[in-house]
Amino acid sequence: MARSPKVIVGLVITGFFALMTVFGPYLAPYDPNDTSFAPNLHPSVQHWFGTTSLGQDILSQTLVGARATMVVAVVAGLVATMLSIVVGVSAGYIGGYTDDSLSMLSNVFLAIPGLPLLIVIDSYLPATSRSNALVIGIIIAFTGWAWGARVLRAQTMSLRNRDFVEASRIIGESKRRIMFNDVVPNLLPVLASSFLFTILYSIGAYVTLAYIGLTSSSVWNWGTMLFWASQNDAPLANQWYWFVPPGLCIALVGTGLALLNFGIDEFINPRLREAGLSARQRRRMGLERRPRLGLTPVVRDVESPVTRVPRSVAS
Amino acid sequence: MRLIGRRLGVYALTAWVAITVNFFLPHFMPGNPIQTLIGKLQNNVTVSEIRSIRLSFGGGLHDGLVQQYFTYLNQLLHGNLGYSITLSASVSSILKSHILWTVGLIGVATVLSFFFGTVMGAILGWTRGSRFDSAIPAATFFQSVPYFFLGTVILMVFALNLHWFPESGPYSLNVVPSWSWAFVWSVIRYGELPVITIVLSSVAGWMLGMRNMMITMVAEDFVLMSVAMGLPRRKVMYAAARNAILPSIANLSLAIGLVVSGALLVELVFNYPGVGDLLLNAVLNEDYPLIQGIFLVITLSVLAANLLADLAYLALDPRTRTEAVQ
Repeated sequence: MARSPKVIVGLVITGFFALMTVFGPYLAPYDPNDTSFAPNLHPSVQHWFGTTSLGQDILSQTLVGARATMVVAVVAGLVATMLSIVVGVSAGYIGGYTDDSLSMLSNVFLAIPGLPLLIVIDSYLPATSRSNALVIGIIIAFTGWAWGARVLRAQTMSLRNRDFVEASRIIGESKRRIMFNDVVPNLLPVLASSFLFTILYSIGAYVTLAYIGLTSSSVWNWGTMLFWASQNDAPLANQWYWFVPPGLCIALVGTGLALLNFGIDEFINPRLREAGLSARQRRRMGLERRPRLGLTPVVRDVESPVTRVPRSVAS
Repeated sequence: MRLIGRRLGVYALTAWVAITVNFFLPHFMPGNPIQTLIGKLQNNVTVSEIRSIRLSFGGGLHDGLVQQYFTYLNQLLHGNLGYSITLSASVSSILKSHILWTVGLIGVATVLSFFFGTVMGAILGWTRGSRFDSAIPAATFFQSVPYFFLGTVILMVFALNLHWFPESGPYSLNVVPSWSWAFVWSVIRYGELPVITIVLSSVAGWMLGMRNMMITMVAEDFVLMSVAMGLPRRKVMYAAARNAILPSIANLSLAIGLVVSGALLVELVFNYPGVGDLLLNAVLNEDYPLIQGIFLVITLSVLAANLLADLAYLALDPRTRTEAVQ
């Protein structure tokens, strides 16, 4: 799994932004609120990403904003994953009426469009809560846990009757112990995938709320940067350097996480894995470029002669 | 039929949850938002308007919470979604003039996105390992870009700088709304960029889902068998795609909610006078009755669209029509 180029690129991108989350605020050359610079400066050596029309340094805002954005996303991802484990695994393992009602609950949350619900809840929040990462994270998690619960339920149902679970049942382990010690560890790849997916969703949701102006404008995150850019008509003034850095950061984090998710998907479903050689390798070897149905091109290792195989094994 | 019955149950419950959340939120939020709101308005609006606004939240303060809840439900049943504070009109009349824009925009964009995504996904899955695979990372990138950011970039590049498309708004200021060719053409021209934005952001989801199903399908015996029998490749691909498309259609109902959420913001970027634009203005002005009314209408529309998608699934997959025997 780790050798797939998709996963490597995903890891590099995600790692880069993880570092930015931790060290970004210390690396920022200026205070993001400092309005003492000339407004609307194009990118230059002093201001790599230019300045806003209020004269703030955009690079500093981007670096500082990484932390606020990612912290909310991770909080939301953790809370949502926990909710989906509790709901999904119990629904899948216990079955019966518990399953019926819990599935109903997750179906209801899947059907409600998430963003409008978030907007309604958030618009009633007092200003102090809007700047609280924990509160916002929990609210986002509240609208985004259902998909994970559904996937986990399906996986749990396929694990429920395996021998090792049966064995624990016969020994007389409690339901909760079986669920958390036998079932959940075997859900790890699915869990990882649903965690990444929720983080992806949470970044989108948080940034969107900020862009509408529904989070505190005193906390710098990538969404507030886009909010101010659009409030000051940056696209009309051709100030691409104002909204491209935060937007690109959001898109890159998302791409990195999605690429990692591909790797996990391929790990779970081997059929999705790249079979045989890539297009470039085939071209280099002078093979047919288009793969054909039922044929998998393989490398014939001419260096190792067949005769080296010990007779006892060969015969 | 049991499937539809069950789905109907879920949607009915969802509608009830949405309505109930809508009612209880303002009543239980810290700081008593309704009182604050009415206190702020006291001097600016007439007594009858205050009564309408109060009714949007379930009636007078002297009634108990349960009674207010039933008043609220009763109002909804009569099609009364509340009274907008900033626009001084009933929420339903305001929505009436905005909802068609949104439905048109999202409808066209969803159909296009589903069609292109499915076709491209089928081709990608069929020719796995070929040059086309390089489309996957690109698609992932577009999927990760927030709708409103992509919209902003597209607006700046193609409308403001290259002038290939009109800038923003629903139609040109030079035409009068009517069923004339000039007006319809103007609406189409002004709708192009928002539609392109939504399609670009949402097409990757369909594409990747279809590709994964197609890859699974190509490994099935019936595909190899059809090829071995010498059927034309195109026919085999079509047969495989027909089987692979079912999960996509089953997912359609889930995706609609996401597309709607994204499209609301695209409207903001392009100044499109739909429900999204209305909602975000309502948020800025703290027009709570309007926010709540829009939330309800969006939720109910999404549920209706979900039901349509479920019906399509039922019509296309014969297995769902037979009663499940377990």
